Amino acid sequence: MKQTTGTLVVKLVVLAIAALLLFAPFLFQNVRSLEVAARICIFIVLVASYDLLIGYTGIVSFAHTMFFGFGAYGAAILLKTMGPGWDAVILGAIAGVAVSLVLAVAIGLLSLRVKAIFFAMITLAAASVVLVLVSQLSQLTGGEDGITYRAPDLFKPATKLLTDADGKVLRIFDVRLNGKLAAYYFVFFSSLILFVLMLRFVRSPLGTVLEAIRENEARAEAIGYRVVAYRTFIFCLSATVASLAGTVYAVWLKYTGPDTSLSFAIMIDILLMVVIGGMGTMWGAVIGAVLMVMAQYYLRDLMGAASEALAGIPVLPELLAPDRWLFWLGIIFILLVYFFPKGIAGTAMARGARS
Amino acid sequence: MEQVSKTFEKLGGVNLLPIILGAVAFVLIGAPSSWVTLTVAGLAMGMMVFLMASGLSLVFGLMDVLNFGHSAFVSFGAFIAATVLGGLSGWLASDSIALNAAALVAAYSAAILFGLVAGWFFETVIIRPVYRDHLRQILITMGAMIVAEQTILAFWGGTPYSVPRPHFLEGSWIIGDVSIEIYRGFAFLLGLAAFIGLYVLLNRTRIGLLIRAGVEDREMVESLGFRVDRMFIGVFMLGSALAALGGAMWAGYETLITPALGAEMMIIVFIVVIIGGLGSIEGTLLGALLVGLMSNYLGFLAPKMALASNMILMVAILLWRPNGLRPAVK
Repeated sequence: MKQTTGTLVVKLVVLAIAALLLFAPFLFQNVRSLEVAARICIFIVLVASYDLLIGYTGIVSFAHTMFFGFGAYGAAILLKTMGPGWDAVILGAIAGVAVSLVLAVAIGLLSLRVKAIFFAMITLAAASVVLVLVSQLSQLTGGEDGITYRAPDLFKPATKLLTDADGKVLRIFDVRLNGKLAAYYFVFFSSLILFVLMLRFVRSPLGTVLEAIRENEARAEAIGYRVVAYRTFIFCLSATVASLAGTVYAVWLKYTGPDTSLSFAIMIDILLMVVIGGMGTMWGAVIGAVLMVMAQYYLRDLMGAASEALAGIPVLPELLAPDRWLFWLGIIFILLVYFFPKGIAGTAMARGARS
Repeated sequence: MEQVSKTFEKLGGVNLLPIILGAVAFVLIGAPSSWVTLTVAGLAMGMMVFLMASGLSLVFGLMDVLNFGHSAFVSFGAFIAATVLGGLSGWLASDSIALNAAALVAAYSAAILFGLVAGWFFETVIIRPVYRDHLRQILITMGAMIVAEQTILAFWGGTPYSVPRPHFLEGSWIIGDVSIEIYRGFAFLLGLAAFIGLYVLLNRTRIGLLIRAGVEDREMVESLGFRVDRMFIGVFMLGSALAALGGAMWAGYETLITPALGAEMMIIVFIVVIIGGLGSIEGTLLGALLVGLMSNYLGFLAPKMALASNMILMVAILLWRPNGLRPAVK
């Protein structure tokens, strides 16, 4: 890849984000900020794994939250039935990945063979059926209410990682070294490992084949690569990563329900993040996820204030109400696809080419 | 085996599927009266779904454009018709059939008019810049759908909206021990009329000939000097108007509608279009009837299964005919 000043800037930004996330518990000492930081970590992985599909292979799937949900529900159901423990988390992760793989292979072989455009529709249908099933099978999944459970003991807020001379929790820079901190670093490092693995994958010869398929399917087939097999493989890979991200998120939240893992709203979030950040670059996933999650948490407050300020004018307050923030994001999304189809990272990386 | 498939083709091939499905269900259900009720409900649902799906199928066939925002027309149609009916509730409550019918016509016309205008706007503003680019089409139309759904939420709120029915369509006909809801019969007949109109338009008129030729081989038609892109706007507007009409009828059928209606119907519409094969209205009708009948029969026979019934139907048909039952696109 050509080195441009833009690429350098993007990489520096990503590095800065990584540093901020690493020290997040020390830099922002309140519960909400830590929540935001953990969500950003998870969504970076989720969006990057989706980018493997849409950006590196050019196939659009609407079933990504389905796999995310399988991972989350796998851990949630086992943590609930087996009690808090690492065995439940690991078994849940394996179960989630197994279910995801079976479904991914089935969907992939069935629809990737026929027509790429069918794939989008079939994944959408499959995801909606799973969503309905989860809300119906309430004995197993808790239905619309979801499942609440306890995480492994290490992550309890009362757990003392290190104690000082008096037997109290040791503080570093005023931050208590308790279970909450351990949970955050569990999320951070799992996400980091998954992200680095994906980064390594797209630079591998296999990743290059996928790019070749995206650029010219017929030519890749003619050179002798079996397009269907490669597409199905990448679909399975991205499903696996999404499922693992779901498990990590389930452990962090200690609650799993349709709204946190399966709902169509999350699928739209992922799509927005990929497009805003930039398709086809792993760095774009980082930027998109950070911007969107921040917007989710902080833009709503802003919109609420704007809506109140405009009370009295018809329609406008309703359009500016905090619940309508998707409306504005939808418009931004359309404009981005028109004018900056490469997203923020892609556009930036094309700038300032060095000869 | 070969003999069987030959006879099957001679008797009408895939067109027989709804009849076979009906016959199987008749045996399984046992009671003729409930079978008739379910069949009428299934046919009515199928016809409304056909209206919603036909535009999507034609648009894809003619221009290779996949519109994920198609369901926005359906939900807007439903809400606009509901608002008009609510505003004319005085006419609806009166005993005069003429006033009843006038209110209904006004509601449906409003929905259709909206569909035409919105279809024109959607085509020129949203879809035109991304012809021949599937990935961006999917993304942009998806974005448009989000905006449309949020607009509905802003205007009509998130609570369920009740839709008044005209007085003369309330109640049911009772023949022997069979009862048929009048609205279902009405929906079926209106849908059938729309299908016949569409069929005649496509198969008996010059413009229909051009549209079918465009679906078959667009470049050839263009090289003969016809403006396929202008025709395409017309087809798109017609498809949007039909979707809005389908939504308006669906609103009366459900009597309680929420903004989630569009998203729910979109799944069904996609399944119908995939089953039927993209680009042909006959295929779409076949798919819509199959989906309508299947979900009503299974809803009666095995309520737990009904949720996944459409999905199972789609998988089964795709395994048998990977391009759908009657595809028009190569």
